[in-house]
Amino acid sequence: MHRRTALRLLATLPAFAGFSTKALAAEWDSILSEAKGQTVYWHAWGGDPKINDFITWIGEKAEERYGVTLEHVKLAATSDAVARVLAEQQAGQTEGGAVDLIWINGENFAAMKSQGLLYGPFTDTLPNWPLVDVLGKPATVTDFTLPTDGFESPWAMAQLVFEYDTERLKEPPQSIDSILQWAMSNPGRFTYPQPPDYLGTTFLKQVLYGVMPDPSVLQSPIDDASYEALVAPLWAYLDRLHPALWRAAKAFPQNEPALGQLLADGEIDISFAFNPGRASAEIAAGNLPDTIRTFVLDGGTIGNASFVAIPFNAAHRAGAIVIANLILDPEVQARAQDPAVLGFQTVLDLQSLTPEDRARFDALELGVATLSPADLGPVLLEPHASWMTRIAQDWSSRYGVAQ
Amino acid sequence: MVLPIMAGLAGTVIPAFSNGAAGVSKLLEWQGLSKAVALSVGTGLASTGLALILTILILAAFAGTPTFSRIRRGLAPLLSVPHAAAALGLAFLIAPSGWIARLLSPELTGWQTPPDLLILNDPWGLALTLGLVAKELPFLLLMSLTALPHIDADRRLTTAATLGYGRISAFIFTLLPDLYRQLRLPTYAVLAYGVTTVDMAMILGPTLPPTLATQITLWMGEASLAMRDTAAAGALLQLTLALLAITIWRVMEILLKRLLVHTAQSAPRLPHLDAPAALLARGAAAVVTAMLMFGLAGLALWSFAGLWQFPDALPESFTFRTWASAAPALAETSAATLLIAVTATLVALALCLGCLQAEATLHLAPTSRATILLYLPLLVPQIAFLPGLQMLALPLGLDGSLGAVAAIHLVFVLPYVFLSLSGPFRAWDARIATAGATLGASDARIFWRLRLPMLSGPLATAAAVGMAVSIGQYLPTLMIGGGRIETLTTEAVALSSGGNRRLIGAYAVLQLLLPALAFFAALTLPMALWRDRLLMRGLE
Repeated sequence: MHRRTALRLLATLPAFAGFSTKALAAEWDSILSEAKGQTVYWHAWGGDPKINDFITWIGEKAEERYGVTLEHVKLAATSDAVARVLAEQQAGQTEGGAVDLIWINGENFAAMKSQGLLYGPFTDTLPNWPLVDVLGKPATVTDFTLPTDGFESPWAMAQLVFEYDTERLKEPPQSIDSILQWAMSNPGRFTYPQPPDYLGTTFLKQVLYGVMPDPSVLQSPIDDASYEALVAPLWAYLDRLHPALWRAAKAFPQNEPALGQLLADGEIDISFAFNPGRASAEIAAGNLPDTIRTFVLDGGTIGNASFVAIPFNAAHRAGAIVIANLILDPEVQARAQDPAVLGFQTVLDLQSLTPEDRARFDALELGVATLSPADLGPVLLEPHASWMTRIAQDWSSRYGVAQ
Repeated sequence: MVLPIMAGLAGTVIPAFSNGAAGVSKLLEWQGLSKAVALSVGTGLASTGLALILTILILAAFAGTPTFSRIRRGLAPLLSVPHAAAALGLAFLIAPSGWIARLLSPELTGWQTPPDLLILNDPWGLALTLGLVAKELPFLLLMSLTALPHIDADRRLTTAATLGYGRISAFIFTLLPDLYRQLRLPTYAVLAYGVTTVDMAMILGPTLPPTLATQITLWMGEASLAMRDTAAAGALLQLTLALLAITIWRVMEILLKRLLVHTAQSAPRLPHLDAPAALLARGAAAVVTAMLMFGLAGLALWSFAGLWQFPDALPESFTFRTWASAAPALAETSAATLLIAVTATLVALALCLGCLQAEATLHLAPTSRATILLYLPLLVPQIAFLPGLQMLALPLGLDGSLGAVAAIHLVFVLPYVFLSLSGPFRAWDARIATAGATLGASDARIFWRLRLPMLSGPLATAAAVGMAVSIGQYLPTLMIGGGRIETLTTEAVALSSGGNRRLIGAYAVLQLLLPALAFFAALTLPMALWRDRLLMRGLE
């Protein structure tokens, strides 16, 4: 770790800049020529047609610019890809692996990195890497408090926002406490996805931020000695909330799309998502009425980044690197941020872009339901990954086996 | 059949018992275990029992009547509906914000927003049981249909009627024992499926806790990979449960048989049973058909829907956007799906015919051990051996190709094809062959010119069943295809994790359409081929 950080510091020293740029350019040229003609298998969750279409579009760009063919392997869960690479490692297959690129973050990344299943560091070789806003958006280089160390490259920023229908709800509750009050006076109109689903655990982490006296401990791994006392307010909160939930907490939606579907079906009045542009994009696609709006909580909401990583045995490593770089291209990032396409927040630092590239972002219509960057409020960092694992486990033993 | 399963099981047993059997002890520590086990076995037994009773009821009340051919025509295409699509359609139909509630609201119910009712995912697994019954009834019915002509149903029923038996008692006392002998293995397959289903349980079943099979899938999907050994231990337990359920079923079979024999000795004619039984059978057939059809119609409608809010009975607007944007992917996956299904089915047909013909010419009696081996892939839960099998395919470089996927599909298609074909094949009247032989025909000529043409009905049905089974395969395609082979089903399940009803609707329509075409061909082909030979038109 320390040596790598030192190397990175060295590389940024002006005296070395000329040399490293030149070396990088040569290295990039060789990557490009190796990538040409390769078919990259990108294993990515396939549950959202908008994202699938976007990946198809990236594939067209990759073919056109670099002669790289992109195949989207659509997964029901990212861990399917992790398991695949693990199976290959256990079978002794150290090259020619089936997975070239994975859409990944958090736990899956932590698991792959710790088991030596990833190739890297590789982000420093990407010509578009300097455009990434590593200072303003620390989540681009920190994944659930774990430094990415160049083993994964970000492609979209996400932040938790709440969605509601102005037709049914005039004044949405804007803190964890007032959500509880509101839910208790409107029984059956709120719920969250069932942990260990990531959006479900994100809600629990957001509650922790709201009920803990000192949320800064969330940034360190859990300490067994103090854990019980620290999370006691969370269980107290949920014990009061659950009887007022949708289906009285006897059933929970499975994941973010299922929760969104409940809002669309009018089964609940407040939902939430990890994408501030989701509501606008869904309105644009005709899946939600145009009376839906979004809000965030006082004091901020949890945010993180989505990444791509390359397995240690990827058969088409050069092609995968080219795709990772292409994803950071301002044109691609601006398209992802367009609410008519995805509504994802960019990972780039707009200040570092050329005027033409910046204009692409300025021209975007954010959409009726999307908050402006200023209104999105502060971004709370993801707690250390150990919190998610432990809380999901404890949730299951408390509430996961019906009363 | 045995080789891939044993190899795969070995790949499951090893992680379950590695690290001092950590997986087993973690499984036993899980608080939801007893409830999940009870749910799995309970919904499996209940749904199989109900589906079988309804099948017998429908057959007893209507076999040989015009109503029967109507029911048959209604139900046969439904057999091709993949489980996941049927479950999604049903979910949209019966949910509090579903189609039924939308049709009644707000006029009849006064509901402006959906009521907070626990209909789906209920803790008793009732929605799941209902879904399984709806899905398995058409299968059992079709399996009986291929068997009926060969146990001389019509003549026996007529004889019984002249003796004063009511339709129901005549059927149960004279036909059921012979019929059930042919239905036994299909029933076991249905039972094993009911106990181990993942796709249906995920959509309709309870979640706190879920059924064991669903929980195993969740453990396998856990990011930290720390639960893999627990999942492997769970998979072994799942195998035990499937065997347990079959044992319970077997005991019930023996008890009911005694009861039947005992009752038959007093020869009750029971004619007054007929009217209520006919009503019940008609009702059950109508409800099952309506549930599946309206559920799927709902999904089909979603694929054309613009905004469609509660409590509107129909979408506000219609659009082709879903179909237009999905068209290229749909065409490509449909082609791959068909190619795999046709390959696996043709090979399975050839193998089955080879086996059966050898059995007939060499006068081999099928031992029960051999039969069980053949059905092993249907009785052993997929989740118990597929992960292990994948581990073995990897170093050999066998995975990820269309051929490998077709080969693994064959493992599941073959038993079903054999299941549909063996009964009629064995029941074929050997006197015809003898007559042919006395006229100087060789064995080959008898096979090609007499046996096969006369069995064209069952052959076409077996092919259609094979196609439907292949098209519906999810786990084998995903695991052996390495995620690279996309079929309609893998796409639909990946999409159902995203809950997009519009696109799921489009995939469900095609998933339904391809096997439905095969079944349509199975029904019409023999009719067209034997236009002038009434008794050879099959299926009747």
